[in-house]
Amino acid sequence: MHMTTETPMDKTTGTTKVSTAEATPIIPLPHPVARALVVAGSAVALIGTFLAWTWTEEFPGNLTVTGYPGGLQVLTLFGSVLTLLFALSGYGIKGLGWLTPGGKNSPVLLAALGVFGTTGYAMGAISQELGGLVNLEPGAWVSGIGALIAVLGALGLPVDQPYGAGDPDPNLWGRIRHSLTAPDPGRAKELPSWVEILIIAAGFGVGLYVFSYGIGTEYSELFIGFLIIAAFGFTAVTRAGLLKRLSALTAKHRNVTLGAAFAAAICFPFTQSNDQFALIGANILIFATVALGLNVVVGLAGLLDLGYVAFLGVGAYAAALVSGSPASTIGVQFPFWAAVLTGAAASLIFGVVIGAPTLRLRGDYLAIVTLGFGEIFRITMNNLNGNSGPDVTNGSNGIPQIPDLEIFGFNLGVPHDVIGHELTRSANYYLLMLVFTAIVVMVFRRSAESRIGRAWVAIREDETAATAMGINGFRLKLLAFALGASLAGLAGTVQAHVSYSVTPEQYQFAGPVPPNSAFLLAAVILGGMGTISGPLIGAALLYLIPAKLQFMAEYQLLLFGIALMLLMRFRPEGLVADRRKQLEFHETGQLDVPEDKPLPEGATGVAKAGA
Amino acid sequence: MTTTTSAPATTTVLDASGVTMRFGGLTAVRDVNLTVNTGEIVGLIGPNGAGKTTFFNCLTGLYVPTEGRVAYKGTVLPPKPHLVTQAGIARTFQNIRLFANMTVLENVLVGRHTRTKEGLWSALLRLPGFRKAEEESRARAMELLEFTGLAAKADHLARNLPYGEQRKLEIARALASEPGLLLLDEPTAGMNPQETRAAEELIFAIRDQGIAVLVIEHDIRFIMNLCDRVAVLVQGEKIVEGPAEVVQADERVIAAYLGTPFEGAPGDAEAAEVEAAEADAQSTTEGDDK
Repeated sequence: MHMTTETPMDKTTGTTKVSTAEATPIIPLPHPVARALVVAGSAVALIGTFLAWTWTEEFPGNLTVTGYPGGLQVLTLFGSVLTLLFALSGYGIKGLGWLTPGGKNSPVLLAALGVFGTTGYAMGAISQELGGLVNLEPGAWVSGIGALIAVLGALGLPVDQPYGAGDPDPNLWGRIRHSLTAPDPGRAKELPSWVEILIIAAGFGVGLYVFSYGIGTEYSELFIGFLIIAAFGFTAVTRAGLLKRLSALTAKHRNVTLGAAFAAAICFPFTQSNDQFALIGANILIFATVALGLNVVVGLAGLLDLGYVAFLGVGAYAAALVSGSPASTIGVQFPFWAAVLTGAAASLIFGVVIGAPTLRLRGDYLAIVTLGFGEIFRITMNNLNGNSGPDVTNGSNGIPQIPDLEIFGFNLGVPHDVIGHELTRSANYYLLMLVFTAIVVMVFRRSAESRIGRAWVAIREDETAATAMGINGFRLKLLAFALGASLAGLAGTVQAHVSYSVTPEQYQFAGPVPPNSAFLLAAVILGGMGTISGPLIGAALLYLIPAKLQFMAEYQLLLFGIALMLLMRFRPEGLVADRRKQLEFHETGQLDVPEDKPLPEGATGVAKAGA
Repeated sequence: MTTTTSAPATTTVLDASGVTMRFGGLTAVRDVNLTVNTGEIVGLIGPNGAGKTTFFNCLTGLYVPTEGRVAYKGTVLPPKPHLVTQAGIARTFQNIRLFANMTVLENVLVGRHTRTKEGLWSALLRLPGFRKAEEESRARAMELLEFTGLAAKADHLARNLPYGEQRKLEIARALASEPGLLLLDEPTAGMNPQETRAAEELIFAIRDQGIAVLVIEHDIRFIMNLCDRVAVLVQGEKIVEGPAEVVQADERVIAAYLGTPFEGAPGDAEAAEVEAAEADAQSTTEGDDK
């Protein structure tokens, strides 16, 4: 993207008349009044968090203490601070300008909406759970009204960019939507590279903090509040252009970024003292690693595999059989490295055996056949119970009592003290799994950026043309399938130990607990096909949200379906777009059109008519 | 190009003999013989549905001919497209088939696939030769993009190129496999006269690198300018082959494109008959209206 227009930069510091001529704010207020309202409103909301919100500790999080914010109040506090910072940055205060290189006013509005949403949700939850508005102490009203004033003020701020040429005078809904958009940030100043690396580290630090806060939320009210403020805050930061700036830096220092990401991931168990939360972390890693393996198959080679969880199952069963579990029918105990190789090799063989006949099919046919094989795996594991078949897997009882791993005399089953912090069993497995995630990330990255990876993408794009370029389509598809299978098998070997037992029911097509074929595919698509961070983020969200919101377990699949539809409508490339997809869906920068006028959104189809 | 030879242009690059392709009861290509020599541009023309593309597909291994053999530089071609490409025949498609969501450079790099060897392990472990091979591929691909005039757009998505440049990119991608014979399936379809002339120049430049070219085309002027020899396919059979001027003047070719005249000149009787029939048809339709 080379949106080299510099017009919106001085809009807020200059006189308001220029901007109102281009795009009037939704509430017509003079600019200084509007900004003062935002500052005052968010300051009031901030003060309100230090007051009591309710009278009883029956509402979780203890919101009764004056002078010490707790639970949902912390979220409102954080959001108010963010709003204040963005609003003050618009005054042109020195030292805050870096906060808003892109949009100046839409981040303010988004942050204010986040505060209002969280505070409003908290007030609603308190009065609903305790039975009536009377249970609200004045502090809640102070914060709520402050947040409302801030939102009203933010709606009166001038709009960041003029309305598009396609719709010069939009209706109210169009104007509200428009006020949430912002121009791209201009070119960043050159900084010394150690500063840039520090910024990347700080970015990942913030990410780690937000993520571990989300995992550590102890009750669902807090998690919902967290989701609201996180979603609005994230969008605000994006609109402010900070994310673009950060991703420009990460693209420049890719290895540093990978290092920082893993350093942040290693730090995670040290932020958790609760074994349950570390277990969520370990399960997320397993899920994410398998999703990344699936990304080789779906994202790169374009083979829709609906039975992928079977490969995880093969790895887990293989590891369980050689784990020395008393329930294992083989009764051998391999050292861990041998068990890992066994699991990966078993998955590899299974992958080749399934792939060899099915990969001659294309598209939908392949999807249906893999779906069938995934179910066949589960049913076979059920039937190898000594009753309806030879006794290998104990049928539906599975293989329980898988012993904990011991690597170099380090027993992963018991807590250890590491630099003053007690690492619990789950934290140990989390760190072990992280090694495997790192391996899979490396495999994905290196294979994608090679002759083989290009051939996979070529097959995905047009298989006939790819073979005409000398690519052996069948062989390369089988390679992708086998590689994906063995990566899932790797994760399976750890999963068997983390979950103590393997049963056929863990490896379904769709089910409530995430590592299943449907959720794996969803994680890849939600996160962004063909990227590394996409499936990791997608998997984290898909695991965390159901795990934290137990009360909506019945509607989980419904909500999940709605979310996927909305995503496909508004962001078809997934949360994280790879370079290719970004060009595919938002390719304004490359079209042969005069650059001075911005293209309307969704001008994708123009490329074809370019001749 | 590595295939340049100092030998006179008499070496046979492609030798198709007795190629017949049947789909069930339909014979799409019947007993076609065709040779292409080094340094030659051979045209293949014929009306729509004459079997030109089917014949192409027989040459490139997409179809296995029912009868006959296709030899490239003396060896019979294997019946698999990727092996044919490896042997040294590259092609473009009648309806452009680029990898639309890959960049221009990546498209050409995919074309290098058969000429590079780095496998999965080499990529995963970054074995010593890997980086060197990638750099060489990249350099060669950029060279080809310079050659076709696309170097400035190396980082653009293939789908974002204008039509004429997409055609060029397809040729660049085909050249990346270092072919001895290039098959072009209607390379100027949908182009304006300027683009057509540019394509001509490009094809001459390719020929000058020692690559033989076999081109299917409808644009007769283009074929006449370009080709040393022209073969005409009609209803699956090759009816004429020879220098452009000879083919152009051949009665059977004219007949195939424009149809045969009536036996003798169309006389008054026929004209009257046609008029009567038309009048009749008109009156019946009017009758239907009422």
